[in-house]
Amino acid sequence: MASTKFSDITADGLWHNNPGLVQLLGLCPLLGVSSTAVNALGLGIATILVLTGSNLAVSIIRSAVTDAVRLPAFVMIIAALTTCVELLMQAFTYELYQILGIFIPLIVTNCAILGRADAYAAKHPVLPSLLDGFMMGLGFALVLLVLGSLRELIGYGTLFSGMDLLLGPFAADWRIVVFPNYKEVLFVILPPGAFVFMGLLIALKNTIDAKVAERAAAQAAQPAAGGKRVRVTGTIG
Amino acid sequence: MALVRMTSPHARGNNRTQTIMLWVVAATLPGVLAMTWFFGFGTLINIILASVVTLGVEALILRLRKRPVSFFVTDGSALVTAWLLALALPPLSPWWLVVIAASFAIVFGKQLYGGLGQNPFNPAMLGYAVVLISFPVEMTSWAAWRGIEQSIPDVSATLGLLDALRQVFGFSAQAIDGWAHATPLDILKTNSGLTINELATSQPVFGTLGGNIWEWINLAYLAGGLLLIYKRIVSWHAPLGMLAALAIMSLLFWGGSGSDSNGSPMFHLFSGATMLGAFFIVTDPVSCATSKLGRIVFGAGVGVLVYVIRAWGGYPDAVAFAVLLMNLTAPTIDYYTTPRTYGHRKAERGMGKVD
Repeated sequence: MASTKFSDITADGLWHNNPGLVQLLGLCPLLGVSSTAVNALGLGIATILVLTGSNLAVSIIRSAVTDAVRLPAFVMIIAALTTCVELLMQAFTYELYQILGIFIPLIVTNCAILGRADAYAAKHPVLPSLLDGFMMGLGFALVLLVLGSLRELIGYGTLFSGMDLLLGPFAADWRIVVFPNYKEVLFVILPPGAFVFMGLLIALKNTIDAKVAERAAAQAAQPAAGGKRVRVTGTIG
Repeated sequence: MALVRMTSPHARGNNRTQTIMLWVVAATLPGVLAMTWFFGFGTLINIILASVVTLGVEALILRLRKRPVSFFVTDGSALVTAWLLALALPPLSPWWLVVIAASFAIVFGKQLYGGLGQNPFNPAMLGYAVVLISFPVEMTSWAAWRGIEQSIPDVSATLGLLDALRQVFGFSAQAIDGWAHATPLDILKTNSGLTINELATSQPVFGTLGGNIWEWINLAYLAGGLLLIYKRIVSWHAPLGMLAALAIMSLLFWGGSGSDSNGSPMFHLFSGATMLGAFFIVTDPVSCATSKLGRIVFGAGVGVLVYVIRAWGGYPDAVAFAVLLMNLTAPTIDYYTTPRTYGHRKAERGMGKVD
């Protein structure tokens, strides 16, 4: 049993056990649609919805399904939810739906979702499972958004272009041209660039973790305040 | 590498990394001279710019990685990468193109894998492939060359030093399209209606062997490469493998001199980056296969791939992609071409390694 504490679930989903940066699950949509910020945000929100819903449903039925049939049951739930999200996107954000294309049905095969269903929701009560699904989805969506923004910035020289496809007409002028007269860098827009930038993000996370651990170790090594020791050998420097 | 040997044998050869790298640079000089003669100062600007960038970036990354900076920077390997990259890029390409290619080659192609001797891919070709994919227009704009004014009088020949600098750093009012020209490989690839003889008379780029000026550039690289083999800086295996495979492939799929011809073997051997690739790229001791037989196989693979991409692929020249693809296979080639160990009856190939 993993921890069911609110803060632990949040920290795991967003940082320590982030599906994108640590578990490296669901890389196919992560690398495939992160070419612009709006694509990334669209798929990120869809994934949050499916992941939260599937964790909730799986947790509710967890005592009713036997071990032998649990995976087909989970996949059915996820597929049903993905179909819902797909229909919703078709209804409200049709242009974005067309841009994301095959990657929306492919949410079903996102191993991060099945992974959370099997590893967490099938073993925990409803409320922690719901929260875990949301936080894992949020962690995934944040990585997608950062990756998408980075690639859009370096690939096209803009930020948040086409946000109105997702958020409605009021976001139409959100587009920021960071570098005017920018030459498109095709390498960054194409999938190989996604791999390179994903690697850089993982490296950044590991560096931050190492620095934090180093600082914690240095703090732990300091003697407790008020402790008294008497030096008996060597010189006093 | 200049490490002090603590145990016997104490005899030291003089083939240190630095010496080898400087010989490789020296051997490109005939090619550099030929390219400078035909294309003007663009090649030299490429070389200087790429060298400054690679050495600077290498020093920076070594510092970040807490490795001895001067020891690795002075070994000359970054210089060779810069040099080969600069020769592969079109002369007079914009400065940012060179900077992106050179820094990607060193940072992602070499240092992130662990520095000299650790990189699975040829860094120069990796940098080249990245800018080729990213900026196809700039990468296929070759400037007019010396001698073109005889056939097309209204095209000015090579630029002077000041004009060339202006062009590279973007202060020139002259549009680059005005004098960009396709290479012979380009023209042959896009040709659909003319026979080879008609092409040769209508286009000034074709020469007697390969392309008009390309045959001279390739001959210059051939001379430099033979010097490297004579000095035993590189072995003859990989270049021979590549050139032989390219010649055999182009002989088999020649297609005569009609409009669907893929070009004669001579044309393929003396066009584009063939000789530069054969003697300076596939002979990279780090990313090539290591055994003698392995190097022949490696070179032959590059030769076959170069021809396949040139004749039926999407790019007019293919040395960079062919080398990168074969770099991927180098460990497997080594695995199946292990030489016989002294004292053993036969080589143990494809056996599980006991490490």
